[in-house]
Amino acid sequence: MADKADKNVDAFTGIETTGHNWDGITELNSPLPRWWLWTFYATIIFSIGYMIYYPAVPLIESATRGVSGITNRQIVAEELAAVRAAKAPIVDKIVASDFETIAADDELFRFAVAGGNSLFKVHCSQCHGSGAQGSPGYPNLNDDVWIWGGDMDAIYTTIAHGIRDEADDDTRWSEMPNFGTDELLTGEEIASVTQFVLQLSGRDHDAVQATAGAVIFEENCASCHGDAGEGSAEDGAPNLADALWHYGDSEEIIRAQIAQPRHGVMPAWGERLGEANVKQLTVYVHSLGGGE
Amino acid sequence: MSFIANHKKLERNLGWLFVFSLVAVLIGGIVEIVPLFYLKNTIEKVEGMRPYTPLELAGRNVYIREGCYVCHSQMIRPFRDEVERYGHYSLAAESMYDHPFQWGSKRTGPDLARVGGRYSDDWHVQHMIDPQSVVPDSIMPGYSFLANAELDPADIGAHLKANRMVGVPYTDEMIENAEVDMIAQADPDADTGDLEERYDKVNIRYFDGDATRLTEMDAIVAYMQMLGTLVDFEAFNADDPDNQR
Repeated sequence: MADKADKNVDAFTGIETTGHNWDGITELNSPLPRWWLWTFYATIIFSIGYMIYYPAVPLIESATRGVSGITNRQIVAEELAAVRAAKAPIVDKIVASDFETIAADDELFRFAVAGGNSLFKVHCSQCHGSGAQGSPGYPNLNDDVWIWGGDMDAIYTTIAHGIRDEADDDTRWSEMPNFGTDELLTGEEIASVTQFVLQLSGRDHDAVQATAGAVIFEENCASCHGDAGEGSAEDGAPNLADALWHYGDSEEIIRAQIAQPRHGVMPAWGERLGEANVKQLTVYVHSLGGGE
Repeated sequence: MSFIANHKKLERNLGWLFVFSLVAVLIGGIVEIVPLFYLKNTIEKVEGMRPYTPLELAGRNVYIREGCYVCHSQMIRPFRDEVERYGHYSLAAESMYDHPFQWGSKRTGPDLARVGGRYSDDWHVQHMIDPQSVVPDSIMPGYSFLANAELDPADIGAHLKANRMVGVPYTDEMIENAEVDMIAQADPDADTGDLEERYDKVNIRYFDGDATRLTEMDAIVAYMQMLGTLVDFEAFNADDPDNQR
């Protein structure tokens, strides 16, 4: 350190200058505010503690884990466990009870409907709509028309195992033959049976063609859809005599569906969501209005 | 003190100032980034991960080309809200064959890291063609042209090869059969035995519902349907200290 005498001191303020001199203008070497400097030193000391407490320093094969042992993944696991534990008294009861018991117990029922509602918004609304109103190809869940049955057990099976989901061994499966593209029926026959299907649901139709179509229907369609087109929840064959249509009610869509049927797929949710959630969803969907 | 006084030399010499600033930044970068390349516990040891099939890789290329990553991340963070909505948080191992990775934290659309199996193929096709027809509030643009863009399988082998150069364990057999495998995955009527032998847990379907041709729609749906489905989480012990982050 040089002597005080060697330092350049600004005569006016008495403060040392940096010694830089630009055309006679010099710069005061004002010290940093003390509070700032001490805060700065404190952060350095804090960082040492932080490095010891949390995982921080990379070593040769791994990194230091820190004495706290805290990790993000552990925090989320604990949070999830805490939520599970808080809900456990009622969720465990839902898992253990059959649907009759849940429906009869006011507390369980309300919990299941509320839980099912929020699960529905996250996992189901993308296809069935946020109001469960459905759209062509994705059934409306508010009405009382059910392709695979509308009692609690049937709804549960549908949600847990899906429809035509190859990944689930217990999935529900029905497949209507390609009457047109596989040449099981001629174009004329398909046109006739289309008219008969229109007649079944009481719509405008060509009576002559429908009469011819009735015979074809009996031979080809009635085994699944029923003699009067009433459908079968067991086979997943839709009711053709009502006013509700899965893919659309126009003559063209009906004809196309006979010629080369589309088959909707619903993913199985049992493994993804777990028993408790599937049961809550079942109760919610059943409660929407059409449950049998 | 004289050593400290040397900073004057740096401050008065632009060339040295640049060189030493660079050294300072590099030290920071090396300390933060390099350990991730050699630390043995960066990537979890998991069961089920495999390289993308040729069709999935083609779908991934479409995904990147169309800039899907601008709105969709593929990284479920270890937070309760994300895990409850999307499923198990993403593991580093799940993107170890991604070049480039598709992480991100800005989501205009939902995270897609575990979208596989959530929706039907039909839904995906309809959603790509006209997103608002299934999700009315969606602001996603339509990608209907994918259904008409025929996919040329001829160059997919080169894509596999390029991925192998950056570390994806494609075998010679996989590269040789890339073209055949790509066509076979979108045709359940074809003999697909070898494809299933080469790639575990492979979905084989007419992804776009059109049996007559192979399109970019097939590829993107095949890619969507496998995302996040490979790792066997029953065999993954999240409590193992090696799997903690």
